[in-house]
Amino acid sequence: MIPELGQLAMILALCFSAALGVLPLLGAWRGQVVWMALARPLAWGQFAFLAFAFACLARSFMVDDFSVAYVAQNSNSALPWYYKFSAVWGAHEGSLLLWALILGGWTFAVSIFSGQLPRDMLARVLAVMGLIGTGFMVFLICTSNPFSRLLPQVPANGRDLNPLLQDFGLVVHPPMLYMGYVGFSVAFAFAIAALLGGRLDAAWARWSRPWTLVAWSFLGVGISLGSWWAYYELGWGGWWFWDPVENASLMPWLVGTALVHSLAVTEKRGVFKSWTVLLAIAAFSLSLMGTFLVRSGVLTSVHAFASDPTRGVFILGFLLLVVGGSLGLFALRAPVVRSHARFGLWSRETLLLGNNLLLVVAAATILLGTLYPLLLDALTGAKLSVGPPYFNLLFLPLMALLMLLLAVGVVVRWKHTPGRWLAGLLTPVLVAAVVLAVLGGWWLGDFDWPVLAVFALAMWVVVGGLRDVFDKTRHTGLARGLRGLRRSYWAMHLAHLGIAVCALGVVLSSQHNAERDLRMAPGEAVDVGGYHFVFEGSQHVNGPNWSADRAVIRVTQGGRPVAVLNPEKRLYTAQQSMMTEAGIDPGLLRDLYVALGEPLGDGAWAVRVHVKPFVRWIWLGGVLTALGGLLAAADGRYRTKVKARVRGTLGLKEAAA
Amino acid sequence: MNPQRKQRLYIIIGLVAAVGAAVALALSALQQNINLFYTPTQIANGEAPMGTRIRAGGMVEKGSLVRSSDSLQVRFVVTDFNKSVAITYRGILPDLFREGQGIVALGKVGTDGVVVADEVLAKHDEKYMPPEVNKALKDGKLAQAEP
Repeated sequence: MIPELGQLAMILALCFSAALGVLPLLGAWRGQVVWMALARPLAWGQFAFLAFAFACLARSFMVDDFSVAYVAQNSNSALPWYYKFSAVWGAHEGSLLLWALILGGWTFAVSIFSGQLPRDMLARVLAVMGLIGTGFMVFLICTSNPFSRLLPQVPANGRDLNPLLQDFGLVVHPPMLYMGYVGFSVAFAFAIAALLGGRLDAAWARWSRPWTLVAWSFLGVGISLGSWWAYYELGWGGWWFWDPVENASLMPWLVGTALVHSLAVTEKRGVFKSWTVLLAIAAFSLSLMGTFLVRSGVLTSVHAFASDPTRGVFILGFLLLVVGGSLGLFALRAPVVRSHARFGLWSRETLLLGNNLLLVVAAATILLGTLYPLLLDALTGAKLSVGPPYFNLLFLPLMALLMLLLAVGVVVRWKHTPGRWLAGLLTPVLVAAVVLAVLGGWWLGDFDWPVLAVFALAMWVVVGGLRDVFDKTRHTGLARGLRGLRRSYWAMHLAHLGIAVCALGVVLSSQHNAERDLRMAPGEAVDVGGYHFVFEGSQHVNGPNWSADRAVIRVTQGGRPVAVLNPEKRLYTAQQSMMTEAGIDPGLLRDLYVALGEPLGDGAWAVRVHVKPFVRWIWLGGVLTALGGLLAAADGRYRTKVKARVRGTLGLKEAAA
Repeated sequence: MNPQRKQRLYIIIGLVAAVGAAVALALSALQQNINLFYTPTQIANGEAPMGTRIRAGGMVEKGSLVRSSDSLQVRFVVTDFNKSVAITYRGILPDLFREGQGIVALGKVGTDGVVVADEVLAKHDEKYMPPEVNKALKDGKLAQAEP
């Protein structure tokens, strides 16, 4: 009964979103106030029914209703309750429902928090989101219904959730990532609505900015969580594999980063308007393409679930419709919105243009490396893969260049900056960065050029930021000036600090990684990276739905005890599949990482031992950057002053209904 | 030409040069880093190039896995049901590596026709077969059925 109610709610939600996608658009076109006013209640209805449908599916999981095919395939009565809940999005159908729910949630949030938008703008934004929702829900209901039943032969127990997913990572990673992916639909909807209305002005950028920032932050957190999860769960100790699915999430993030910066220019200076619209379209299209890559089964990946060709064709068609439709609209409308402001060579506009170019080129190279094997396979049938060296070779120099520009972009002024003044400001920064880099190399006892270069770049970014803080407060004195700086200004520095921290983490953990794969019998020891690892043997333990061999490895440094690690080799009973649980001693400056390979007889094991310096900095940096985005979105000007000023510029007295 | 147009021209030339360099770099990097997939039949027939990194994949033959007693050296045979090829690997095999399971190994073909792998991939779902291995197995069965 409950699953049927869920299905009914899903269909009703589709009806609501279809109405939302059509009526307000017509209303905005014909000037029908009533039809436009329908947008908000329709958005609420869509979200309510989606939430109900999601709750129904969650309930089916919690009460072990194995008559539902999706539950039977992805759950088991022995599964702990929190994994039962997160198993809702553990496979294709449920994760699509989560996608639709989050889209409904974003639509709902826009309808609630955008009271100050002009009526026709709000109607168009919500309608575009309704159209996207319609597309996804048709896909969900027609090809991937999570509520279909296994009647009359109800299995006694479920096939269990993929053991790899029985982890805290599944609880947090997909929702965060989807919040980001789907959140770009808001930026997309604003861009399309602005194109439809023919009003691409500073106000549009200002409305779109906080939403884009929040979505971008969630995506950043989602990617960081995914990387962290892969690190401790896969048992390889790697945190980024240039896997197509990772690339699929990184590309929208890169383009989203460009969008966030480009929106700033559009809001402050009224230039790059068409470019910003194009970025908004690209960010969401790449999110959709990510879905296509992950869900269509064209890829060899951890994330590729079922390979049902109809699904791939549907998403590909939807993707082409979205990209083609929005680019067509752009081609028709973009010439109308030409900008007039001018700017000099040394200006923040130019530097942000450089930022945008680098980020877009980076995303494009990743796109090339990701799609090339697929294209070649489709055209010639040749099977190949593009190796990580390709991505490293292109992506890393681009990011280095980006960091080089970053510090200049932070201190440079809008419109025009005297070159001599700029050089005077940045020369001490350059000197400080080089000196700090050499000191850093000396502290680590390592003068490898990659490490030194990244040290210098990171210090260049950090010191450049500090230099700007001093410059901004030079008239009022530091103490008073600091309090006067805006929240969004601090947010910028926080996000940039995150990039520097992440870069340091990447280079130090890669360059100073110490790693040994070896056979260890009880009592044997190995020295890796200055630590002494003693294998004390393994014993058998039982969990709720698995049994495992748990090893004890005692780590000492210079005779002092450091940690006792307990890596496990688990056998999940329902699927009879083996899983590695790494034993990790985390630390800010280094991680000790031990994973069990296979048993080699006589109590001996194949053991992988890593010492990974500064590996946490990678995710710390990602989280700092995302926090920067959230802090910027929380800047007061998006809430209070918007009303008065925007209405003033638009001459709309009675705008908010 | 007025100074402003001149400046613009320089910027455009600079941009075109940068984009051109980036594209050239990207394509050459791509060229050097593609790993072509070869089936066991292709490798056994000597179609795979020696000394370049390739992807080799197929079904691990039952009973073919041999471990060294004192190191992590392993040797196994993959097949597409038509021909087989031996693979050696030193290190820890992935969790889902099993005999009778489809795998992909990355490595180089030696002069003796044995693939020396530096990476072995087995996918994280026992139902799941890497698409290229799936195709290789189908082709292999067809080739076996025809003669």
